Amino acid sequence: MNSPASRGRWMSKTAVNGFLVLAVVYMLFPLVWLVTAATKDTGGLLAGNAFSFEGFNLGQNLSDLASYGDGIYFRWYLNSLMYAGGGAIVCSLICVAAGYAFDKYEFRGKEKLFGLVLMGVLVPTTALALPMYLLASKTGLVNTYWSVLIPVLVNPFGVYLARVFSTGYIPNEALEAARIDGAGELRVFWSIGLRMVMPGFVTVFLFQFTAIWNNFFLPLVMLSDRKLFPLSLGLYSWNTNTHGEPSFYPLVVTGSLLAVIPLIVAFVSLQRHWKAGLTAGSVK
Amino acid sequence: MKRARTTRAAAILLGPFFVLFTVAMVLPIGYAVWLSLFTEKQSGLGFGGTETVFSGLDNYTAALGDRAFREGFGVLLGYCLFYIPLLLVGALALALLLDSALARARRFFQLALFLPHAVPGIIAALIWVYLYTPQLSPVVSAMESGGIGFDFFSPEGALPSVVNIALWEWLGYNMVIFYAALQAIDRSVLEAATVDGAGAWRTALSIKVPLIRSSLVMVALFTVIGSLQLFTEPLILNKGTGSAVSSTWTPNMYAYTAAFERNDYGLAAAASILLALTAALLSFVVTRFTGRKGKKA
Repeated sequence: MNSPASRGRWMSKTAVNGFLVLAVVYMLFPLVWLVTAATKDTGGLLAGNAFSFEGFNLGQNLSDLASYGDGIYFRWYLNSLMYAGGGAIVCSLICVAAGYAFDKYEFRGKEKLFGLVLMGVLVPTTALALPMYLLASKTGLVNTYWSVLIPVLVNPFGVYLARVFSTGYIPNEALEAARIDGAGELRVFWSIGLRMVMPGFVTVFLFQFTAIWNNFFLPLVMLSDRKLFPLSLGLYSWNTNTHGEPSFYPLVVTGSLLAVIPLIVAFVSLQRHWKAGLTAGSVK
Repeated sequence: MKRARTTRAAAILLGPFFVLFTVAMVLPIGYAVWLSLFTEKQSGLGFGGTETVFSGLDNYTAALGDRAFREGFGVLLGYCLFYIPLLLVGALALALLLDSALARARRFFQLALFLPHAVPGIIAALIWVYLYTPQLSPVVSAMESGGIGFDFFSPEGALPSVVNIALWEWLGYNMVIFYAALQAIDRSVLEAATVDGAGAWRTALSIKVPLIRSSLVMVALFTVIGSLQLFTEPLILNKGTGSAVSSTWTPNMYAYTAAFERNDYGLAAAASILLALTAALLSFVVTRFTGRKGKKA
């Protein structure tokens, strides 16, 4: 037990795990701070001693959050749920349909078309926000739900992932069997393909939901009506008030905490899916 | 007959994606190019409003001639040289540690390290800016009592402040990608190395790392493209009190300011396109440069 070899192994084991624990501390302490800071009033926050539950004020913060500006915060919350939920469902369906078509059908120019999709992955999307804003103002879509919703329905990387998942999850024999039974092509996709590729669908959905929930630049450019803001933009607008009016600090901090919760819950409960997504992206 | 049937089905399934792809990607790119070639001029004596006139490459020369824009690229270069190596080496090191036979509780570590990715960039930036603010921050006071005085809002502090936020957001995400690739390595290759007497270090550096080369390239590529678009984090710092980060600190911030504060859409479009061209050029360099070597190996 005390041989030099086992001692050496014990030491490397401690070093490896110790290093990982340090990394976890770095990753988690800002989140822990967010939780404890959300329980403080303005004075407690400005006192700087945020890593404690002293002066527990979470209930008051939550009710301030709910009442400020006629409850605009929860309006933003609903908007975010709508943008991210609706946008991600439609986007994933579009991606899965396209990925399935790229995987299961042969047609002229297929790989060239797929190459175009891959080029789309590399486009810096923020560079598109300004021309998109000007196009939206020409068509009268600026400052509407659509101006934020339409652009996020496109995700070239989602098509790439969906193609990989379609190859992995949908055996061609299953499709052939359905065709022999006389089902049309779209019927085969809808009732066989889509059902079999469901785990992949959830993966694309999860990543797109996160991307839309976190989206900031596009709403910043497109929206001026506060009632249409998603959480990211709403919290940003509150944060710009904090300098003149420190009482906004607890609102921003508590609002941020609530805004983070759905995604944390999603990532903790859907671990298999985001790992599958990152694996499919990494192996190719 | 069957051929026609499947082509029709493929067209229907691909249709929605390509319609949206055209509307939300191709069209804006084309429109940006168009916009960048025009400029608004005061007509006559300035009483008749403005008119849009073709100006060739004037907007491009104006952007490139503007010191603020060039400095933005300088900042970006500094940011990339600072951030990308740290991110790649850090994520790779964590993945190798987690993949080593010595690591415990792998699922927990993976999840905990990944969680910051679930935090919206804007909120991550807000949290960190609060943690940088002397009155609010337990970190700054802890550092001060430890004898380390560091002003995150000073000119020297600006770059490390932004790099730290970006690292916090992306380190775990990329670590998971590398870890997934490491897990996919054929275990018999690793066993063979052990039998040949290679230690853990040797196996990690000369066998595992070369085998996940394509993941490294992919992460490098996406990181470069993401880095060029740097906007949210410095914007929050800029809006914070007394930070050295200016409103045109990065090229993306420059384009935003040109469009929405100066209403100069031509200049903003030209700046965006120069940025997109840089991204295209760099992605080409990254894939070309690493792709060739990868094939030989």
